[in-house]
Amino acid sequence: MTDTTAPGGSLTAQKAAQDQRGEEAPQYFASKHEGYHWTAEAPMFLYAVWYLAFLYIPVLFLPLFSFNDSIYVAFPLKGFSLEWYGDMVSTQQLLEALANSIKVGGAVAVLSTILGLFAAKAMTRYVMPGKGAITAFIMLPLVVPGIILGISLLVITNMVGMELSLYTIGLAHTLVSVPFAMLVLISRLEGFDKNLEEASLDLGEGPFRTFFRVTLPLAWPGILASLLLTFTISFDEFILAFFLAGNEATLPVYIWSQLRFPSRLPMVLALGATILIFSFFIVTVAEVLRRRGVGPQSGSAI
Amino acid sequence: MARDDYISMRNTSKHFGSVKAVDDVTFDIGEGEFFSLLGASGCGKTTLLRMLAGFEQPTLGNIFIDGQPQAGVPPHHRPVNMVFQNYAIFPHLNVNRNIAYGMRKSGLSKAEIDRRVDEMLDLIKLPGYGARGAHQLSGGQRQRVALARALIKQPKVLLLDEPLGALDKKLREQMQLELRALQRDVGITFVFVTHDQEEAMTMSDRIAVMSLGKVLQIDSPARLYEVPQVKEVADFIGTVNLFEGAIKGREGDSTIVDAEGLGTVRSTASGAEAPEAGPITVAIRPEKFQLTFSEPETSGNMVTGTMQAAAYLGDRSHYYVTVDGREAPIAVAAQNAERQLSVLGQHHERVWLTWNDDSALLLTA
Ligand SMILES: Nc1ncnc2c1ncn2[C@@H]1O[C@H](COP(=O)(O)OP(=O)(O)O)[C@@H](O)[C@H]1O
Ligand SMILES: [Mg+2]
Repeated sequence: MTDTTAPGGSLTAQKAAQDQRGEEAPQYFASKHEGYHWTAEAPMFLYAVWYLAFLYIPVLFLPLFSFNDSIYVAFPLKGFSLEWYGDMVSTQQLLEALANSIKVGGAVAVLSTILGLFAAKAMTRYVMPGKGAITAFIMLPLVVPGIILGISLLVITNMVGMELSLYTIGLAHTLVSVPFAMLVLISRLEGFDKNLEEASLDLGEGPFRTFFRVTLPLAWPGILASLLLTFTISFDEFILAFFLAGNEATLPVYIWSQLRFPSRLPMVLALGATILIFSFFIVTVAEVLRRRGVGPQSGSAI
Repeated sequence: MARDDYISMRNTSKHFGSVKAVDDVTFDIGEGEFFSLLGASGCGKTTLLRMLAGFEQPTLGNIFIDGQPQAGVPPHHRPVNMVFQNYAIFPHLNVNRNIAYGMRKSGLSKAEIDRRVDEMLDLIKLPGYGARGAHQLSGGQRQRVALARALIKQPKVLLLDEPLGALDKKLREQMQLELRALQRDVGITFVFVTHDQEEAMTMSDRIAVMSLGKVLQIDSPARLYEVPQVKEVADFIGTVNLFEGAIKGREGDSTIVDAEGLGTVRSTASGAEAPEAGPITVAIRPEKFQLTFSEPETSGNMVTGTMQAAAYLGDRSHYYVTVDGREAPIAVAAQNAERQLSVLGQHHERVWLTWNDDSALLLTA
């Protein structure tokens, strides 16, 4: 697998489509190949370059200034320094927040992947009345603004008298992660033949064993992808965590609290750069996993 | 004692919404029989098989296997195993583990299971392939592994859904013979689905011809061909000339019919259920005609016409003869028992067709 993925994923796909058209073109536009290519593709290409520049140049300031030997985030750069990274790893509060984020993220990943797997299994394998409506409702948190969701959940936790803590954050994160888990797992389950599960039943294994001997191994890359993706969602999430945090903060909430102190800004940049690298790495691995493995291409190539 | 109603369908129907995939079928399949379901794509063969396997529940009616009603019995508790149309080989397991998949609850030791898997590999002529991954197999090899995976369970009934459909012609013909031989050896009841009439004729003890969810006729290959009960079956199995006609009367055990293009026809063909009087269809197979280029001496059935087209196919020749009173030419097939180096016959040349009384089948119009 050589494609780069994640944030650039859609672009990669676009590029691939471009290449494909470029290959087919000679059949129909043998002599006019160059001209055809230019008129149709050039504006798209320029657009893509501009888009990428807009997207990534601000983000690249993060690592850039995190190595700058100055407390002010401004040009000109003063010199190379690892001081801020040193600060980062020696700040106790930060490490606690990081631990909290990992705890919440891990729990959210496991919980939402399990829930997503059951939902995906139901969606792809059973004929149910009102399937469309159910799907729509499960997908709803994707489009409800985070701030609205945050307020509603805060109201509800108050109503049922739940103490604000890492648990409330975890539950809120699970709510928004399940749709993502479901989407990843549905695409995985749809990728393999339902006859495989039937073959297992036919050979004498009940539904339970069939799930563990056939469904789970075949869905495994999707499950890993879902775990990584939902972990990242929880790890990066700010609004819900901000509303629902008790006296223990997650990492984004901690960062927010530090922005009040200008002197802490460079360290926050170092932290941001680190998170950026890790998130990018995890999402890439998740995407590679989602596409790879015993997929339709190797599974049912008869 | 082999029972001849080992599998029973009793007024069984399966509806998907308004589609009657299987529509009120009733028949029995005998123990140890090689039974085929034959019909065009979409006629309900797979649905019927899936009901036997337990993946679909009949909308109406019942299914019995070995006398036991199957309503509510899940697939993993039925004494049948299935070879899927696409084989459904587990892609995450190697050949050995695919074949041994269903043996977990057999109560046999690991060593014994391994021995049986090796036996199966020999049986399907893939010895030494056990460690291969599923994706390293060709279509024919997948088909064999799917077969072994089912046979190792020693099922009472093996269900096969167009298992040879994905193979090329040569391999398919070879597998037809191998499957038939294997079925005789293991003595298991086979329910075999195909849309290829030649395949069904080659392999089966009996064939059920299906159309639009209904079973039209169940018979041996020879009887389906020689004594079709309805026009659709006559038309589906092989080639047939159909003539509209009307019954004029009877003489002894023969029926006198007035048929379009043939004039008065005498028929003694027995077996077909046709009405006693009124409109009728006369069916005559191409090879039942004798074609001559001069008027033959006969007092039997005869018609004269002109040669429309002729095709030399090596072992036999096909002729198309136009007769008065019928638009479509009559198809005639003749064995080339002697070497034919000369021209087959001229366009528009006058020819005569004769046939025996028992070649003209009378079917419901
Ligand atoms: N699960 C299903 N849902 C709806 N319609 C179905 C389903 N399975 C089969 N059918 C319909 O039932 C009819 C028979 O299908 P099938 O049994 O697969 O035919 P065959 O195997 O003879 O080609 C077809 O019209 C098909 O579209
Ligand atoms: Mg079918």
